[in-house]
Amino acid sequence: MSDAPRRPPFPEECGGSPSRRRFLAGAAAAVGAAILTACKGGSIEEFLQRQFHQLSPAEVEVLIARLEREHMEKFGSSVRVGNEPPIPGIEFGYALDLSRCIGCRRCVYACVRENNQSRDPQIHWIRVLEMEKERGVNIHHADPYYDHDLVPAEGHFYMPVQCHQCKNPPCVKVCPVRATWQEPDGITVVDYNWCIGCRYCMAACPYGARHFNWGEPTLPAGELNPETHLLGNRPRPKGVVEKCTFCIQRVRKGLYPACVEACPTGTRKFGNLLDPESEVRYVLEHKRVYIFKEDLNTQPRFFYYYGA
Amino acid sequence: MTAGAVLLLAALALGPATVAGAPKEDFRVPPPPLTEGIFPCSECHASMEVDRRRRDLTDMHDDIVLKHDEEHRWCLDCHAPDDRDRLRLAGGQLIGFSESYLLCGQCHGDKLRDWKVGVHGKRTGSWNGPKQYLLCAHCHDPHAPRFKPMKPEPPPVRPGQAVRPGEADHE
Amino acid sequence: METLSDLRRFALDSVRLILTGNRLYYAWVGFLLLLLALGAAAYTAQLREGLIVTNMRDPVSWGFYIGNFTFLVGIAAAAIMLVIPAYIYHWKPIKEITILGEMLAISALIMCLGFVLVDLGRPDRFWHIIPFVGLLNFPQSLLAWDTLVLNAYLLLNWSVVTYLLYCAYTEKAYARRIVEPLVLLSIPMAVSIHTVTAFLYNGLAARPFWNSSILAPKFLASAFCSGPAILLILLQILRRTTPLEIKDEALHKIAELMAYTMGFNLFLTGAEVFKEFYSGTEHLIFTRYLYFGLEGHRTLVPFAWASILCGLAAFTLFLIPRTRKNWITLNLGCVLIYASVYIEKGMGLIIPGLTPDTLGELYFYRPSWTEIFVASGVFAIGFLAFTLMLKVAIPIILGEFTQKKGMART
Repeated sequence: MSDAPRRPPFPEECGGSPSRRRFLAGAAAAVGAAILTACKGGSIEEFLQRQFHQLSPAEVEVLIARLEREHMEKFGSSVRVGNEPPIPGIEFGYALDLSRCIGCRRCVYACVRENNQSRDPQIHWIRVLEMEKERGVNIHHADPYYDHDLVPAEGHFYMPVQCHQCKNPPCVKVCPVRATWQEPDGITVVDYNWCIGCRYCMAACPYGARHFNWGEPTLPAGELNPETHLLGNRPRPKGVVEKCTFCIQRVRKGLYPACVEACPTGTRKFGNLLDPESEVRYVLEHKRVYIFKEDLNTQPRFFYYYGA
Repeated sequence: MTAGAVLLLAALALGPATVAGAPKEDFRVPPPPLTEGIFPCSECHASMEVDRRRRDLTDMHDDIVLKHDEEHRWCLDCHAPDDRDRLRLAGGQLIGFSESYLLCGQCHGDKLRDWKVGVHGKRTGSWNGPKQYLLCAHCHDPHAPRFKPMKPEPPPVRPGQAVRPGEADHE
Repeated sequence: METLSDLRRFALDSVRLILTGNRLYYAWVGFLLLLLALGAAAYTAQLREGLIVTNMRDPVSWGFYIGNFTFLVGIAAAAIMLVIPAYIYHWKPIKEITILGEMLAISALIMCLGFVLVDLGRPDRFWHIIPFVGLLNFPQSLLAWDTLVLNAYLLLNWSVVTYLLYCAYTEKAYARRIVEPLVLLSIPMAVSIHTVTAFLYNGLAARPFWNSSILAPKFLASAFCSGPAILLILLQILRRTTPLEIKDEALHKIAELMAYTMGFNLFLTGAEVFKEFYSGTEHLIFTRYLYFGLEGHRTLVPFAWASILCGLAAFTLFLIPRTRKNWITLNLGCVLIYASVYIEKGMGLIIPGLTPDTLGELYFYRPSWTEIFVASGVFAIGFLAFTLMLKVAIPIILGEFTQKKGMART
């Protein structure tokens, strides 16, 4: 099943000074290996992979090398898996102008391409809701499947929803294995090597921002974005949860997220919440701001505003 | 004297480019979205006499339908009659097409204010570094500025339905 | 050393006991093995293709598996129903059958863990949730709590059952000093497994249908209806098919206790329904989906009303002493209440909690055949475990199967 080079069943570091954890993990390998062979493409390194925070910098390098090798094998082109750390003194924030969005979904597909989302089964990190102006923001009258020749449709407004990068994230709280956490720059990330696929986070998220790989994700090799981040847009395996990361692979290099760049109406604003000169701060200080499901005290870093 | 007042005086001394009362700001914008082959306007207009009468154009530019306060405005309110390669502010100062936001901002001051800080309109580039602005005219046709409806990208696939009909049918 | 060889003999004798039986026994075990094989085949397909072979999708990300899990936690917790009177009041007749209740709890817990495992997207990473081996998000995650309490409860029940049976097998008196504290401990443990499972849903502000304080009490009340219902029927079967002596008095006592819990369960359901409909907030939509359907989709409606009607009927049968003491009406009541709670705590809890989803999307879920086959496989494992445990335990309880006698009779 696996094309990975043959290796001894236990990595060498286990032999040196076997910590109890590693020993127990090794014992669990026997059982797991059976399941593993049933799942396609598993390797013993993958099975024994520890959670991101338990890795030394050297082990992160080993992980990245392995992932790059696996992606190369799968897609036939090289993929860079980056690990850019959070920039000190930065807390990312996002503002979206409800008065400007026309519902064209350019952001949705720019996000899909940038972040290597599965094409089939289809995963979209951004969901654009069409709602009636007369009814205001009311999700029970929202339609994400509108299919007009031209947008905006008469009498309607549009509300794109994606991860709100909450300061008080219910999804992180409920994860039984700490496979998801909030980075110091405010981005909530998922360790795709640690997620067990229980989907408790999906039940907890009030914004429908978490998506599950129900089947093997497909990604045409030609459409792969090779610039990736370990905690972001690298190709995902089957059976794990994924979500918007504000394009962690871009924003940690100073670039705007792909959705901001794709929006034809300038609806989307992004910047450092701690910088009084940033666009988001200007919005928060000068515009009428709407926080989606504010009563849930999730304290989003994603704000809707009325800019007109 | 405060630093602000010094700046203000300096600004007044600088002339047309600083009508907003602030030092000239640098907004990196792509070239203005002029119809191809039309610029410089003076190529045609230099040899023509200026006709200042407000009228319907019939020989040239008849494709332009002004839908921008057309009851009160016409061409030469914004296009400089004596220098067609430039635009004209209400006070008579001439500006280039790549500074057209100053012209728009005369009526839409709130939008200009938001645009400068990157909140009205679109900026690309770097959130913590150099940014590329778009001119008002990149998104709004100055003669009919209302944003044009566009074709949306396809809707998402409903859960449980195949992305392409006939393929990956799960039920 | 002596204990070790005793254990070996105990194990060997037990295996021999399990392998022999009458035709009915073989047919039953064969049937369960068939279900298990079907389930295994379906699960293999699920492992290969992913959870896409289920009908769960992003809007309804939990379904039949988690519904069954929730219901079975209730069954496991219900063992307490028998333990409380038996050990607190030193009430003789129930005491002998407490052990059966605990075995029921063990089987239910095995199924609970099975349903969680088959619901995982990455079952190969199950070790991530093992304390000290993986990385448990304790105490933040209620799922981490649930893992701990369910396994602790399983271990506790298993220890008590094994110890009691081993003592009976070796014909030694069991040490009250050991058993009694453990059994007493199992009372708060039973309450806690079900409370924690309720909190799992209860704590999610994103899901208004679950985010109600009444959820944990209602979980306990309904568990104390359905768990004993299974046991009541089971005990009647056992006293017919085996020489095990179970007094009418014991069964009627259990039935009486069930009448109270059923009344209370209906009261709690009524309280929740009142609050939802009278206040009529936008959160009513989930309850409306359950009882009336939305946009013409009425998948759950017949089940929801069947649950209410079965619950009311069973309550009436158990409340009136004459029908409670009549075996036909008693058993009818047991089936009715079991069905009522199975619907209420399974699909009736999970599906409307997720429909519509957090962005108002209506995805009308119903389990796929894969889910049904996998689920029946998990049930088969539980029933098989229970059957095999009974096969060994009953002769021991009767004193027919001991170290000295060995397998004198089967």
